[in-house]
Amino acid sequence: MDEAAVTDTTAALPSLRRLPRAALLGALAAFLGLVFLLALGIGAMPIPAREVMRVLLGFATDSQAEAIILGLRLPRATLAVLVGGGLGISGAALQGLFRNPLADPGLIGISGGAALGAVSIIVLGHLLIAVLPIAADQHLLPVAAFLGGLAATFATERLAHHRGITATGILLLAGIAINAMAGAVMGVLIYSSDDAQLREITFWTMGSLAKGGWSGVTLSAPFVIFAVLMLMRCAAPLNAMLLGEREAHNLGVSVERLKRIVMIAAALAVGASVAVSGIIAFVGVVVPHLVRMAAGPDHRIVLPGSALLGAALLLIADCGARVIVAPAEMPIGLVTSLIGSPFFLWLLLRRKGVGA
Amino acid sequence: MIEAKDIVLRMGTRQIIDGVSFTVRPGRVTALLGPNGAGKSTMISLFSGERRPDGGGVEIDGEKMERFDPLALARRRAVLLQHSSLDFDFTVAEVVALGRLPFGTTRDALDDEEACLTAGRQSGIEALWSRLYRTLSGGERQRVQFARALAQIWRRGSETHASRYLLLDEPTSALDLRHRRVLLESARRLADEGVGVLAVLHDLNLAADYADDVVLLDHGRVRVAGGKDDVLTQENLSTCFMTPVEIMRKADGSIAILA
Repeated sequence: MDEAAVTDTTAALPSLRRLPRAALLGALAAFLGLVFLLALGIGAMPIPAREVMRVLLGFATDSQAEAIILGLRLPRATLAVLVGGGLGISGAALQGLFRNPLADPGLIGISGGAALGAVSIIVLGHLLIAVLPIAADQHLLPVAAFLGGLAATFATERLAHHRGITATGILLLAGIAINAMAGAVMGVLIYSSDDAQLREITFWTMGSLAKGGWSGVTLSAPFVIFAVLMLMRCAAPLNAMLLGEREAHNLGVSVERLKRIVMIAAALAVGASVAVSGIIAFVGVVVPHLVRMAAGPDHRIVLPGSALLGAALLLIADCGARVIVAPAEMPIGLVTSLIGSPFFLWLLLRRKGVGA
Repeated sequence: MIEAKDIVLRMGTRQIIDGVSFTVRPGRVTALLGPNGAGKSTMISLFSGERRPDGGGVEIDGEKMERFDPLALARRRAVLLQHSSLDFDFTVAEVVALGRLPFGTTRDALDDEEACLTAGRQSGIEALWSRLYRTLSGGERQRVQFARALAQIWRRGSETHASRYLLLDEPTSALDLRHRRVLLESARRLADEGVGVLAVLHDLNLAADYADDVVLLDHGRVRVAGGKDDVLTQENLSTCFMTPVEIMRKADGSIAILA
């Protein structure tokens, strides 16, 4: 092996730079914990770390700090962990499934469908509220967004399904078509909306963790946790999928079952995330990449790593969103797009250099 | 043995496999030869269980192919396909290790490391071990994929096992002269250990040197099948490939095919 490293100057180095699995995941978990505690302290009213710890352990000395942390920052940080983790691991799994490192959860229609669901409620919701009990009011939008995401994913999958096989190439094209259709209907709704609705739609598409609160956490947590557990079991088969669908089959993977599981799990996680936070772009694309750059493409590291790093990075982005223009707040989707899109471009250019 | 019985496969309205029967036997190397479009790769995918035939059936050791799930199949046979692409930065060692995937947490998984190292040595890719797969040449990639297949069917020496099979679709298409021989010698050695090997080949001389049995496929039908000396004749080859072929007998009794 040493000899290979010496004689081969082109490629031995990247593999030698890889971090071992336990070290990377341990470091990411520790990083997430640290960021989580910091996020509870940072804000319009800074709270010192010692007081944060006291509140969390149940013997707060400052009741105002306690109210802010337990009522506002803790649910918001928890939501960031759920949404960031869900988007990160879903992106990683879908990239593996499509064998394309630049694939995005939006590709299979999830975000387009969810956006259509949300916009429908914003524009037409008052018609429904008239006939529904009042308690349903605040859950209407997230539930509609969630169902819209699931419906769009289901439609995309059905379109690509033929004789028991889901054709991956057609799946991507069907996703584009479904997204375009959702966009068209959304255009009609937006055209017929009034100014207040228009403003609400605009902010929803820029994403925010501000409105979720504890109800957002309880709405999304079961789906995200379930999806994470399902996806973690797919790590080894997804590794085989990177070689190709036929190779994966020959290595003993039930390919069609794997596709269904990954798509359902991703639709649940991303759908639940979008439902409570609006559209937060680029986390699903960029995060798995960062993990792969550090540890290689093995899904046994990339899946949990993307969940941890996605959670940590979304927490940081949310801190940025709360602090940059304080006392006002920036939509978090803007923050992730502003950072994520140039990074995505850099990834493309880097691949162009390597792939040619 | 893996036995194909009266296989029919249609693609749209075209019948691409038309009543093919032949057998891959443990301990023997069977070469599958024929012109482009004869249905050779399709037969590999039928033997591997990837495709279901429209008529007839495939049996593994007397049991119907449909009775096996992908995992059970993967523990019995390994497949080397013609084209594989990989857009992710796996190292050569990691690609070879994927061959052990079917053994997950089974008792055979204890042999994973030895299986991979042996497969790497037999395929002559030790020097590539820590390279990134994407940076390899076509021939190097083919040898790495071969090593992955070897790792998949590797078993600890003396123990008795259910029969194992190795299906190779043009395994030497990108290889240089020396590595063609290295690869087929590995396949030959496996057959001598009891593995049933089926290899689609284009180089008739490699078939003449390493195969026991030869199947000549043409237009989705078996033209001739049998021991290599009976099949590799001037008449059979010339008509099947529609080009003049000459056969020379060398001093040691083996043959050389000139086309």
